[in-house]
Amino acid sequence: MDNVILIAVIALGSLGLVAAVILYFIASKFKVFEDPKIDEVEEALPAANCGGCGEPGCRAFAESCVKTAKETKALEGLNCPVGGNDVMQDVGKILGLEVEAKAPMIAVVRCHGSKTNSPEKVNYEGATSCAFAHALYAGEGGCMHGCLGLGDCVDVCDFDAIHMNPETGLPEVNDKCTACNACVVACPRDIIELRKKGPKGKRIFVSCINEEKGAPAKKNCQVACIGCSKCFKVCPHDAITMNSFLAYIDFEKCTLCRKCVVECPTNAIHEINFKPRKPRPEKPAASVERKPAPKKVEEKVEAGQTAVKEEKKETPNDNKE
Amino acid sequence: MGILKTFALGGVHPEENKLSANAPIEVLPLPKQAIIPLGQNLGAPSKAIVKKGDKVKVGQLIAEASGFISTNIHSPVSGTVFKLDNVIDGSGYKRPGIIINVDGDEWDESIDISDTLITEITDDAQAIIDKVKKAGLVGMGGATFPTYVKLMPPPGKVAEYLIINGVECEPYLTSDHRLMLEKGQEMLIGTKILMKALGVSKAIIGIENNKPDAINHISVLAKDFEGISVQALKVQYPQGGEKQLIKATVNREVPSGKLPIEVGCVVQNVGTAFAVYEAVQKNKPLIDRVVSVTGKAVKKPANYLARIGTPIQQLIDASEGLPENTGKIVNGGPMMGKALTSLDVPVVKGSSGILLMKKEESSRKVESPCIRCSKCTYVCPMGLEPYLLSKAAKLAKYDIAEDEMVMDCIECGSCQYTCPASIPLLDYLRLGKSKVGAIMRDRNKK
Repeated sequence: MDNVILIAVIALGSLGLVAAVILYFIASKFKVFEDPKIDEVEEALPAANCGGCGEPGCRAFAESCVKTAKETKALEGLNCPVGGNDVMQDVGKILGLEVEAKAPMIAVVRCHGSKTNSPEKVNYEGATSCAFAHALYAGEGGCMHGCLGLGDCVDVCDFDAIHMNPETGLPEVNDKCTACNACVVACPRDIIELRKKGPKGKRIFVSCINEEKGAPAKKNCQVACIGCSKCFKVCPHDAITMNSFLAYIDFEKCTLCRKCVVECPTNAIHEINFKPRKPRPEKPAASVERKPAPKKVEEKVEAGQTAVKEEKKETPNDNKE
Repeated sequence: MGILKTFALGGVHPEENKLSANAPIEVLPLPKQAIIPLGQNLGAPSKAIVKKGDKVKVGQLIAEASGFISTNIHSPVSGTVFKLDNVIDGSGYKRPGIIINVDGDEWDESIDISDTLITEITDDAQAIIDKVKKAGLVGMGGATFPTYVKLMPPPGKVAEYLIINGVECEPYLTSDHRLMLEKGQEMLIGTKILMKALGVSKAIIGIENNKPDAINHISVLAKDFEGISVQALKVQYPQGGEKQLIKATVNREVPSGKLPIEVGCVVQNVGTAFAVYEAVQKNKPLIDRVVSVTGKAVKKPANYLARIGTPIQQLIDASEGLPENTGKIVNGGPMMGKALTSLDVPVVKGSSGILLMKKEESSRKVESPCIRCSKCTYVCPMGLEPYLLSKAAKLAKYDIAEDEMVMDCIECGSCQYTCPASIPLLDYLRLGKSKVGAIMRDRNKK
């Protein structure tokens, strides 16, 4: 009996020893040198693996940081949007480089076609996917550039930073936003843009991307940019450009002087986190909901103007009755 | 008749509701203004060659093909070009189009507008293809694939059968049914012309068994046409699908991702065959088509011969107006049609019917979780697993969707029709198809 145990111990022990020796030689022969700094840099990163930097994860970002630092002695073009400047400074310290501070960015939803501003003309009941709805039809309000309100941007956000407002039917970005770019990619209509967060969160932007002429744009939405060029003319800093009946504010040039906000006849230019203006009570701060549309267009199905879009099949209940 | 043929896999049988089957084709009065979108075919939109203020006659070329998969568009009315502008399409998107103010009804001199039947086919194959191409013909069944492309098999492939699709498996729609009854002779001559263009000796006209009058009528007429036979088919949706019809008539299976020519078949709709007759024998381009206006609440379900560009509103008015409780207006049939967002949308080459659905039948039921009953898999005519594909598309797992052959989906909607949990399966399948299609195109580019 003792013999059996002994044989087993010796046999397995020697097998293990032989395997260990083989593995040792293989490991040393095929050893891949990895810069220990990669581990250090990875440690400093937020480990969100969001892909906001353009790399497939934090490890890959750490690798390219170390590689770029070695080759160019700088971290040009590399930025962790989630960690921001603090993390990039840490990374710079590990790699012994000076890192220039970058202005923090935030996702901005450039559509204000809420249920009151762009009243619903048709009724959608299909899949809750903006990508699908975008391929299917123009939108409940009729604007073919506007937000579809089905929340593809909310689904992709890893940081709890964007939520649908049930009252307006539009997504709203909060301060948790890390500018990881996920929602920008997810939006099938390119409504979301990364813009400079601005001092104390102050920022001004055109909250519309409709490139149609004024009349058709306004027909579908009270707060559409109608391409009147008033803001373009009033801007003292050449920050505003006009392109296909749409104004765009360059956030690098904009000095937040707010002249354009007052000028806009459709309230399409929004200012956020500014103190409310005292002498102009009739023009409230743009971040709040505009005054409701003067006429409520109730030309829905009742008026026989339009029907529900959607390729909707014969309803099963109808057929089986 | 013996045992009726049909396709082997899946399929559903929705209530047929062919309300307008006995309504003869009526010629719809001319519209005051014709709206002609430039994208009326599958593939590249056409390029306008008229400008504002130009006088045009019926049948005059107003937009020409802009690529290989593209077609000519001819003016369906006579009058003055009002403007070239973006016009709203059924989905609410604005796309380029031509708007013509109608003035009288003056036809281009080259078109034979008499009723005389021209039986003799004088053109040779190439001349036929050229005429079909010139006339801007597209598949009239709804897919609007340019017809002439189908008549030119790629090198190395030989067509053996021409299959004429008279199935009309969509519930409600009757435009093809009426066309077979009223223009049977012309349709058969059109078939003969297509046979000559393709160089095939056998043509099969597939008609579902719910149209016995059409089967009898065409069978009697077809006796005078050598090589053309009529095949009655068991009623089963989606038999009008190209691949299903080939399986049903000649029992061949088109391989995944391939065209019917791979198994020696070319499928054309009866409407296309009729349009081919008009284009080749009468020199008349595609400027009008038969459109059914139907629905349970419609006072006068009817079939209209409408000019392309006629606003849908006018068709509904001709059927005594929009019923009170209309909940949805569908362009096409209830299974594959698309709901319209506006009534200003015009009739286009691919419009086969306008279906007005009542409020109570138009809204979707509340979605509930999948119970894995596999009914969708059972009815899928392409042998796919819709529950899996829709989930993959929903969760953006496009690699799984591609492996599970999402691109084979023909979007017939049988899965969604049969789903007891009312899951919008087809919506997600379409999403998956468009995403996977884009991924595959990107990959092929590299």
